[in-house]
Amino acid sequence: MAERVQPINLSTFGGAAVVALLLVLTLGTLGAVAWRAEEVSALSKNDWSAVRFTLWQAAVSAVLSAVFAIPVARALARRQFRGRALLLTVLGAPFILPVIVAVLGLLAVYGRSGIVSDVLAWAGLEPVSIYGWQGVILAHVFFNLPLATRLILQGWLSIPAERFRLAQSLGFDSRDIAKHLEWPMLREVLPGVVMVIFLICTTSFAVALALGGGPKATTIELAIYQAFRFDFDLGKAALLGLVQFAIGAVLALASLGISVPSGHGAGLDRVVPRNDGSKVVDAIAIAVVALFLITPLAMIVAKGLPGLPDLSLSILSAAWRSVWVAVASAGLTVIMALALALLSLRWGRGVEAVGYLSVAASPLVIGTGLFILTYRWINPVLLALPVTVLVNAAMSLPFTLRALSPALRQLEENYGRLATSLGLSGWARLRIVVLPRLRRPLGFGAGLAAALSMGDLGVITLFADPSRATLPLALYNLMTAYRMEQAFAAALVLLALSLTLFWLFDRGGRVDADL
Amino acid sequence: MKKTLSSVGLIALATTAFAEEKPVLTVYAPDYFTSEWGPGPKIEAAFEKTCGCDLQYVAGDVLPRLLLEGERTKADVVIGLNTDVTKRARETGLFLPHGQDTSDLTLPIEWTDDVFLPFNWGHTAFIYNTEKMSNAPTTFDAFLADEGTKVVLQDPRSSISGLALMLWVKAVYGDDSQEAFNKLARKTLTVTKGWSESYGMFTDGEADMVLSYTTSPAYHIIAEGDETKRAAIFDEGHYFMTELAARVKTSEQPELAQAFMGFVLSETFQEMIPTANWSFPAKLDADKLPEGFKKLDMPKKALFYSEDEAAGLRDAALEEWLSAFSQ
Repeated sequence: MAERVQPINLSTFGGAAVVALLLVLTLGTLGAVAWRAEEVSALSKNDWSAVRFTLWQAAVSAVLSAVFAIPVARALARRQFRGRALLLTVLGAPFILPVIVAVLGLLAVYGRSGIVSDVLAWAGLEPVSIYGWQGVILAHVFFNLPLATRLILQGWLSIPAERFRLAQSLGFDSRDIAKHLEWPMLREVLPGVVMVIFLICTTSFAVALALGGGPKATTIELAIYQAFRFDFDLGKAALLGLVQFAIGAVLALASLGISVPSGHGAGLDRVVPRNDGSKVVDAIAIAVVALFLITPLAMIVAKGLPGLPDLSLSILSAAWRSVWVAVASAGLTVIMALALALLSLRWGRGVEAVGYLSVAASPLVIGTGLFILTYRWINPVLLALPVTVLVNAAMSLPFTLRALSPALRQLEENYGRLATSLGLSGWARLRIVVLPRLRRPLGFGAGLAAALSMGDLGVITLFADPSRATLPLALYNLMTAYRMEQAFAAALVLLALSLTLFWLFDRGGRVDADL
Repeated sequence: MKKTLSSVGLIALATTAFAEEKPVLTVYAPDYFTSEWGPGPKIEAAFEKTCGCDLQYVAGDVLPRLLLEGERTKADVVIGLNTDVTKRARETGLFLPHGQDTSDLTLPIEWTDDVFLPFNWGHTAFIYNTEKMSNAPTTFDAFLADEGTKVVLQDPRSSISGLALMLWVKAVYGDDSQEAFNKLARKTLTVTKGWSESYGMFTDGEADMVLSYTTSPAYHIIAEGDETKRAAIFDEGHYFMTELAARVKTSEQPELAQAFMGFVLSETFQEMIPTANWSFPAKLDADKLPEGFKKLDMPKKALFYSEDEAAGLRDAALEEWLSAFSQ
């Protein structure tokens, strides 16, 4: 494979640079924290129970999100209906909400005084209790089911239409299609999806605690936070960060091992109308997921509307700043993802694994490590926005890479030899062969990265610049000043802007396409 | 035209030069403090009127940052530290005495610390809504006994108010604290990372009571004209909380830093605290407080541990807390 695929020589350098940058951001910052630690501390009994809880809840959340996403993605792949495009965009929303807003949105539906309990009370039944493991998993599925759906849908759309047409002419029923076309695709896509979601869930902290009902739901990230803030024990923080990495690394390698290329071959990129499968099943899948996702979002919108007129001008400038940070991060993410994906074609998939490391990294460790590495030489205030852009880009890289990598691999499989035999290499190959065919995953990946960066992953408390707050920080400051109504209005602005960015990028990737 | 341009250029040059000559006082403060909705901007403006300097905030986690920077720190002054971290902060040896007379502060406890200077105060308290709860408990015992009333708390490992609650229980129950934590756990709806999540859950009607401060109702009274949010006052007393300012040893602007310490206790500064920080000022006569503050329910007794006592109790209390809440 290595001799055969020699696509873009220029990319080797860029790819290697990205690998180096990511290693510094993840392992380098961890090393910096460990180096600055005064003593080595061992992990306590409580720390180990945090590790166990983290693994358990992340595994359950990841598997459930992926399993529920399959029928939804299949329904979205098989059916065309009014509002489908809108639904695809809204699917991006839960993922990008600031944690505190999402939690209050979920509670408005599933909480003690939420809609579900009200309906049950009206029917004379006991109210539901969200607090406990069920709350943690519900929230994680709410956040990640949409992501899983979009990633799996990408897989479905990558099956060439010619295969479906052939299946139709051979009289395949939906079971045959599942066996010969869909299952091989899922074998390729699912391990990566489960892995990415598992890794996101391992770094969960505020959600797990609030909905888990308290310290029973202590995750590694909370233990890291405690080590930093409560004990200022950098040695322990670094050690816990390392455990989190080890989990991530083992999982990333395992998923790369399980994932099997589907080998569908190339097609002509046309869409074929499909009539297989049960319309009722598909309609139910779509309706259930829409209800599950949209109700809490609608509650968030309803909470945000009353405060909108009171929002100050500074919120608008914070919003504007956040938009720029998001666009810059998205650009950087896409460049990094493309460079990594291209390099992994040559150097093997271990390169890709480096791209997933950042999601297993603790934001607190990254922030503190970067601070230790830079503060002697550069005023941290000057770095506030650049660090935000860089860290946001690194944190959203795994998702973009997840969308991009299978598509690029398939593209090389199908068109690599032809392109090589035509003597296409370097920029020409990138421009003529690669980029046009990767538009859909690139647009989706950039949209996801932009939206994620709007929601800001809160790494940068050590770099904050009070005169240049981003929207999520302004939202948080509003809450601390008791201005809950305005905070919800700011959340609504954040949601609207994130979705708009997501839609613009995602749409940009689908212009001229049939889907 | 050319002339205008060049004179504009000259003015620009002149202002830059002027701005550069002004000494800068760097103040490390928490995010909430420096935000538009916190007390920071007004304090900055008022101090700059008198000091002939440029006060610049650096926002974020004050103590972690200071611990990381050590003697390289650019901070001249830090503001917004809490009593639970003063021991750690003092041990760095980075701070100088504040040099202020603290004998006539308006705190409910005596203040003798010559390094950390309080600028505001309040107590921990459970806030309830009078429309939903007609008879609030008047003792900690009665509060714990009522399992049906659900409360939302903050985690002592990630939140200052959560830590204060832990010490509050310790101060009230002493050696019987494990039993008290067990009872508290049974009436707890959930525990959140920070104060904002908890308070949001309370104002949304999800929880009956929330761990907050005796001064929280002041915001609702003054800013919203809403008197339904009140603090339940317990006979056993409430845990005292204060925020502190301190001078940094390595400062290149010692006179300015010293002047700022004096400014902290000035009436100008102290009068901004009630409605910008929603807490009691550390040195202001009661008759100068806004009307809304006079309506607050206040405990008769303030409980407080010195930093050494608190440090001695902390780890054992956390173990008890965790074991109660993990059942």
